[in-house]
Amino acid sequence: MDLNTKYTPQSWPQHAENSTLEGKNKFVGFWLFLGGETTLFASLFATYLALKNKGPEGMEFTTQELYQLPLVFIMTMLLLTSSLTSVYAMYHMKNYNFKAMQAWLMITVLLGAAFLGFEIYEFNHYVHEGFNYSQSAFSSSFFTLVGTHGLHVLIGLGWFILLMLRNSKRGLNLYNAPKYYIASLYWHFIDVVWVFIFTVVYLMGVAG
Amino acid sequence: MSSIAQKKGFGATLWDYLTTVDHKKIAILYLVTGGFFFIVGGIEAMLIRIQLAKPDNDFVSAGLYNEIITMHGTTMIFLAAMPLIFAFMNAVVPLQIGARDVAFPFLNSLGFWMFFFGGIFLNLSWFLGGAPDAGWTSYASLSLASPGHGIDFYALGLQISGGGTLIAGINFLVTIINMRAPGMTYMRMPLFTWSTFVASALILFAFPPLTVGLFLMIFDRMFDANFFDHTMGGNTVIWEHLFWIFGHPEVYILILPMFGVFSEIFATFSRKRLFGYSAMVFATVLIGFLGFMVWAHHMFTTGLGATANAIFAVATMAIAVPTGVKIFNWLLTMWGGSIKFTTAMLYAVAFIPMFVIGGVTGVMQASAPLDYQLHDSYFIVAHFHYVIVGGTVLGLLAGLHFYWPLMFNTMLDETLGKITFWLFLIGFNLTFFIQHFLGLLGMPRRVFTYGADQGWDLFNLISSFGAIFMAVAVTILLINIVKTIAQNKAVGRDPWGDGRTLEWAIPQPVPFYNFKQTPLVRGLDTFWIEKQEGNKEGMTYAEPVGDIHMPHNSFIPFVMAFGLFVGAFGALYNGEQAWAVPVLILGLLITFLSMGTRSLKDDLGYHIHKEDLMDKKGGKH
Amino acid sequence: MAHDVQNQMRTKTEFEYTRRRSADEMRGQVTTFAIMIFLTLIAFTAVYADFSPNLVVPIILLLAVIQVIMQLYYFMHMSHKGHENAKFFLFSGAFVAFLTVLTFVTIIWW
Ligand code: HEM
Ligand SMILES: [Cu+2]
Repeated sequence: MDLNTKYTPQSWPQHAENSTLEGKNKFVGFWLFLGGETTLFASLFATYLALKNKGPEGMEFTTQELYQLPLVFIMTMLLLTSSLTSVYAMYHMKNYNFKAMQAWLMITVLLGAAFLGFEIYEFNHYVHEGFNYSQSAFSSSFFTLVGTHGLHVLIGLGWFILLMLRNSKRGLNLYNAPKYYIASLYWHFIDVVWVFIFTVVYLMGVAG
Repeated sequence: MSSIAQKKGFGATLWDYLTTVDHKKIAILYLVTGGFFFIVGGIEAMLIRIQLAKPDNDFVSAGLYNEIITMHGTTMIFLAAMPLIFAFMNAVVPLQIGARDVAFPFLNSLGFWMFFFGGIFLNLSWFLGGAPDAGWTSYASLSLASPGHGIDFYALGLQISGGGTLIAGINFLVTIINMRAPGMTYMRMPLFTWSTFVASALILFAFPPLTVGLFLMIFDRMFDANFFDHTMGGNTVIWEHLFWIFGHPEVYILILPMFGVFSEIFATFSRKRLFGYSAMVFATVLIGFLGFMVWAHHMFTTGLGATANAIFAVATMAIAVPTGVKIFNWLLTMWGGSIKFTTAMLYAVAFIPMFVIGGVTGVMQASAPLDYQLHDSYFIVAHFHYVIVGGTVLGLLAGLHFYWPLMFNTMLDETLGKITFWLFLIGFNLTFFIQHFLGLLGMPRRVFTYGADQGWDLFNLISSFGAIFMAVAVTILLINIVKTIAQNKAVGRDPWGDGRTLEWAIPQPVPFYNFKQTPLVRGLDTFWIEKQEGNKEGMTYAEPVGDIHMPHNSFIPFVMAFGLFVGAFGALYNGEQAWAVPVLILGLLITFLSMGTRSLKDDLGYHIHKEDLMDKKGGKH
Repeated sequence: MAHDVQNQMRTKTEFEYTRRRSADEMRGQVTTFAIMIFLTLIAFTAVYADFSPNLVVPIILLLAVIQVIMQLYYFMHMSHKGHENAKFFLFSGAFVAFLTVLTFVTIIWW
């Protein structure tokens, strides 16, 4: 593959994300990986559901009094929006508009970072109330499920930032286009998981 | 091994293997490492049989015995059988589908090194305060109570090597999906490729639950979580479910590829097309699918309730149907064929009755009420050894003889091979058949000794006696290997004379780029078709000779896996040693930095030019 | 095996056509986004409204599934062609995931 080929929007392939063999492999491989991640998160969800509200004799924490929906709502909006902004970024990749793509990714990263900030605040708050990782089976399973998701957010952010820095000078080519594309797939998947987290953990926790 | 390796200095060869991304060399790495662990696990097995040879024996203590059986099972499944299977997948699948390499050569190497370091880590437990002792299933109620660090070694070691397995699984899936040569449609893929495909899909979905289970275990033991501690609201049944959601697919990961190997062997040495090819493919996929819906048959006695037990019992029995389809297809492949009894074929023929015995006892156990009697007795031990040894190990030995010429361009001695075969088969049946009856007589599994008044002496002695045969058989196999390597007699292309599929059509030794020109696949058993038509080259080509793109070697996978290895020590001694957390961070840092290096440094590979290809005959590097 | 793509310069009309089409698609994505936000709002409102859990839980689960399908099919382009493998493996994973969760809410003793 030649990194020096210069493209114009017109000569840029329509499916830059998988127009090389490497790109195709990355593309399929990453979707398969997401299939595996599905069962990973399912195991964590299942564990959480089995253990929620379970703790030592006389435990005072329950989902109902612990969770604060307004905070969760804000987090949800942040992450959902960041999903849209990364769609914008990929839209501009398709059009071979590198600057716009980087800019939208930047916004995505900021939104993601804000989400993470809120999550850290939330965890911190729980720990201060005495609901720490070792407090009960419930707390362990809650922090592990939501924390694993948070870790994914962190990795996604790091991934985007690395890509943006690495390629800031040289622009788009067929070598890095697939990388951008699968990073954005990852980001969407993080949102998919979050939809289940806010529904199954928080909303169902409060609804009973 | 190959003549190329000998011409290079030792250091250069070593470096070559440490950095290789060539699937053929990675296959050899898997073969050697898996073979090593197979020997280690075998020695552990012999210790078990010595201890049980007579009643009230004190050859090993009860505690040590627990460590030995745990390490025997864990080693055999995760560190011997799976890597050996990967060895054949790596060696054969890309050639079989006409690819120049796997989809992700770099990840292929990473997967191997993760398995390697995970295995080493696990086995270091012997020297660092004691091995895990809660059985290969490591049920939480036992393993949480286990003192020392054995279980921690288990959880962390399997976590690392399991990550490697997942990577390998995805790699094979993508390779098979994207890298098939023109004309190699799904329904023309040889059965070994098909079974690799299905087994890899099982890996993809089954390993993440294990990952989660192991993490919960790690967190409970090392970071004060409470998943399994019932006084804190935890529940140990969660571990059992997670383990078996992984565990049952795992047994199919172990057997399906071997079904593939046997299918190839039956067709080759019956000199006939595989009978019922499409039914075979369908059965393979169906087994893979059903494999995910039966795991609770390992938990009948846990108290899941009658409804759940009934559902899982019926689902389990259903698996016998596609399995039966396969058995009959193999028999019908041989039917009317002109059979050549090579060593590989002997293994294949013996496999059928052995596996049927294991399958039948499996269906017996699938009946939940009966399983209340059989569970945790020696009957179970007999069952899974008939499927795993009678299926997987016979498959591995058959594959070793069958594919050795493909991997090394030499041939294992057939006479010694047949001696190994007979000794192994006799020893295996002596050892394990009688264990069915020990189980029915009430002998529980995982006990370190038994009383002289319990009436189990003779059968145990016979069982131990049989084990000697297997040990001798394996020793002869090793002698055979050494002899073959020392003689180093090249056998060339299509050494069996009856090769049917693409891998046998390549010139030997296989060039490092595999195919000078990508072949055009013209049907099932494409090499056979070409031979029938008198095509001397054995292949029709899909393209003219052109530049070939190759990936660079890389040392990064080794370093990445090594970082995890270092980090695991930190996690293990967390809360106990002052250096634990820094070491954990250091290890992760090594891994992430090397990962960063990898992504910052573009690796576009290089091209072998057309002109160089033209005047190159064999696989000289 | 062709590792390098042949770069076909698209004709001007072709180029403009695809441009327009992807702009259209992007507008569709914004609509998708609006619907997703809307679904989220309904879910949160349903919980705040304090209906019986037997009613609320199925509804919000359904909303979550719809939303996720939209995310997969539109944001992640699974509706485009060339995603057969993606679909097969993702839904197989979802199937195993479903069995796992079902088990853990039914047969772990209590
Ligand atoms: C017809 C197919 C099969 C059926 C119906 C079947 C059924 C069963 C059942 C019901 C058990 C649980 C018994 C108990 O613990 O009470 C069991 C255990 C086991 N099976 Fe199978 N099985 C089949 C094939 C296989 C295959 C192909 C393998 C491996 C290659 C295998 C490996 C094992 C192992 C390792 C165990 C014991 C696990 C342990 O508790 O340590 N089985 N099988
Ligand atoms: Cu099973």
